[in-house]
Amino acid sequence: MKMVDPEVMVQRKDDRQQSPAPETVKISARDVKIYYGETQAIKGIDLDIMENEVISFIGPSGCGKSTFLRALNRMNDTIEGCRLEGSVTLDGEDIYDPSLDVVLLRAKVGMVFQKPNPFPKSIYDNIAYGPRLHGLAKRKYDLDEVVETSLRKAGLWDEVKDRLDKPGTGLSGGQQQRLCIARAIAVSPEVILMDEPCSALDPIATAKIEELIDELTESYTIVIVTHSMQQAARVSHRTAYFHLGELIEVNDTETVFTKPENELTEAYITGRFG
Amino acid sequence: MANSTMDSTVDPRARIQRQVENSLRRRHAREKRFRRFGLTAVMLGLAFVAVLFVSIFSRGLPAFWQSTLTLDVRFDPAVLDMGPPPQAQPEESPRDFEQRLNAWNFKLTMANWNTILEDALISAKPDLEEHRRQLRKLFTSGAKYRLRDMVAEDPSLIGQTRRVKLLADAEVDVWVRGNIDRSLPDARLQLSPEVRRIADQLHDDGILNVSFSTTLFTNSDSRSSPASAGLAGAFMGSLFMMLVVILLAVPVGVASAVYLEEFAPKNRLVDLIEVNINNLAAVPSIVFGLLGASIFINWFRLPLSAPLVGGLVLSLMTLPTVIITTRSALKAVPPSIRQAALALGASRVQTVFQQVLPLAIPGILTGAIIGVAQALGETAPLLLIGMNAFVANIPSTPFEQSTALPVQIYLWQGNEMRNFFEARTSAAIIVLLLMMISLNAFAIWLRKKFERRW
Repeated sequence: MKMVDPEVMVQRKDDRQQSPAPETVKISARDVKIYYGETQAIKGIDLDIMENEVISFIGPSGCGKSTFLRALNRMNDTIEGCRLEGSVTLDGEDIYDPSLDVVLLRAKVGMVFQKPNPFPKSIYDNIAYGPRLHGLAKRKYDLDEVVETSLRKAGLWDEVKDRLDKPGTGLSGGQQQRLCIARAIAVSPEVILMDEPCSALDPIATAKIEELIDELTESYTIVIVTHSMQQAARVSHRTAYFHLGELIEVNDTETVFTKPENELTEAYITGRFG
Repeated sequence: MANSTMDSTVDPRARIQRQVENSLRRRHAREKRFRRFGLTAVMLGLAFVAVLFVSIFSRGLPAFWQSTLTLDVRFDPAVLDMGPPPQAQPEESPRDFEQRLNAWNFKLTMANWNTILEDALISAKPDLEEHRRQLRKLFTSGAKYRLRDMVAEDPSLIGQTRRVKLLADAEVDVWVRGNIDRSLPDARLQLSPEVRRIADQLHDDGILNVSFSTTLFTNSDSRSSPASAGLAGAFMGSLFMMLVVILLAVPVGVASAVYLEEFAPKNRLVDLIEVNINNLAAVPSIVFGLLGASIFINWFRLPLSAPLVGGLVLSLMTLPTVIITTRSALKAVPPSIRQAALALGASRVQTVFQQVLPLAIPGILTGAIIGVAQALGETAPLLLIGMNAFVANIPSTPFEQSTALPVQIYLWQGNEMRNFFEARTSAAIIVLLLMMISLNAFAIWLRKKFERRW
């Protein structure tokens, strides 16, 4: 694989100047170790994720990037035998504090999965599920508004506004994924975690999602795991390179792709393994 | 050897080609053989089912038609010798009135109904007067009670004439329909020559007819009057048991399955429970009958022969089926749905009840209905809790004594009046099968209704 075209980088860089520079720390991980039973998947990671930034996690398969991502909204809790050491804070609050309600955390930290997973319900109900769950919209009118806004933000409104009562599973793959993003947005999260959101999509659908990510940066902090280095280069402000459960390097995306500090990173992005 | 030397002279590609062709021919032959084998197996199975159905229906359907005598019955006051029914007097206590009413009813029962029946026949065919003593043998003994019930319901009938269809005696029915070999010696025929002759004569005159009869559905079992023996009691018993199973086994089974599948921690104890549930599904049903007898009847002192106890025993038997099918229905729901709900901030209970269960409902319902159908057809455990007793009334609550459809089949099959009861047995099987088929059809309909794509 070739290095990412620097020209694309420059162009993207210019776009990004418009959004305010990410400064405040949103999520902070300190010495995070994650175990699946006896196996250690994450071997002590320190990472700060800034507010309103897009950060990509890249790395070869099995390097723990998805595991680490899921640790950020405690989706790992659902996996039998998975435990975490160290601390992860969101706005300074420990999210692994036993007194913390995981429901509240997940309302703040939404997630989009690798395979689009809409509920086998209508498009409307898919979006409305979260707001109903948290009692965000009491009246039908409010709910309608939330659904419309979310779909608009996800760039799906014009395509589905006439068939909100049709099943969400009847949409195309790319539309389904945007529906899932709209569903995540509907509960007004602060952070959105995306686990390889485009790996099941064709290039056009991928481009749409990437465009969407770009727009969402204004109001959300986005953490995205991706196997596509071009994608990481196109959408993210910063890029973190994971290798065998360790965080090797994290830096401005441009730096990571043009002047990687670590030779492992360099080897990976130049396609020597992965 | 010769071949190989010849082969080596030919182009090696052609040789490979031929080898592949040879092996292909073998492969095709093998596939064809297997397909034929499978088809034969299916055909054989279908043939057996066809034979079963043809035999049951050809034997059972005639039982829905019974020999009946259509007569103008005169409720002769001189024969009945009944005063007007007692009226409540202002000065008497309710208990006294009840006593008088009971006495009147008793007198009505003991009235000379045989004479009424004989008179009715003779008025239709006066030349039967000389055989008067034989005539009562033509009627099933239930005919008397039929007339009594008519009068008890409407005492003004006394002195009037009514056209009534009365069931003929079971043996007359067998004779008229030719279900017994007419060439047998007298000693082996069930009826006397005189009665046989009268029956044939009445049949020719159109008084004794074989017509469709609903007694099979409206009456309960009877021994003294086999021609009027019906399934109503057994049917109600089965219905009550089904209700108990639906109300008990289905909710408990589904709840246990949901807990085990979605909430239970994975540890030794849960593994042990799982293994034992699977084992329970394989326990012979008669063992559940013993368990029911010792726990529900000997310990809890619940009434013998009651559909409630039957339902409890069948619930125990059905539980493993319901649990296993529900668990596999839950397992079939893709984990991505659970993750989606959890990631939106749904709790585990919300995830299960709002997203997972609705998707599993078609599977759960199918499992539950198959379990209930299985329970409906079960006989062995019921024999051990006294449901094989002869019960002549139709239960109106699950606490009353009753029998069940499959047990009724078992009882009738063993009855000494074989050539009458053979048809009844098959008729009861038809009713049971229809119940099963409708339950299964219901399951399929529910499945289609709730099935969704994901």
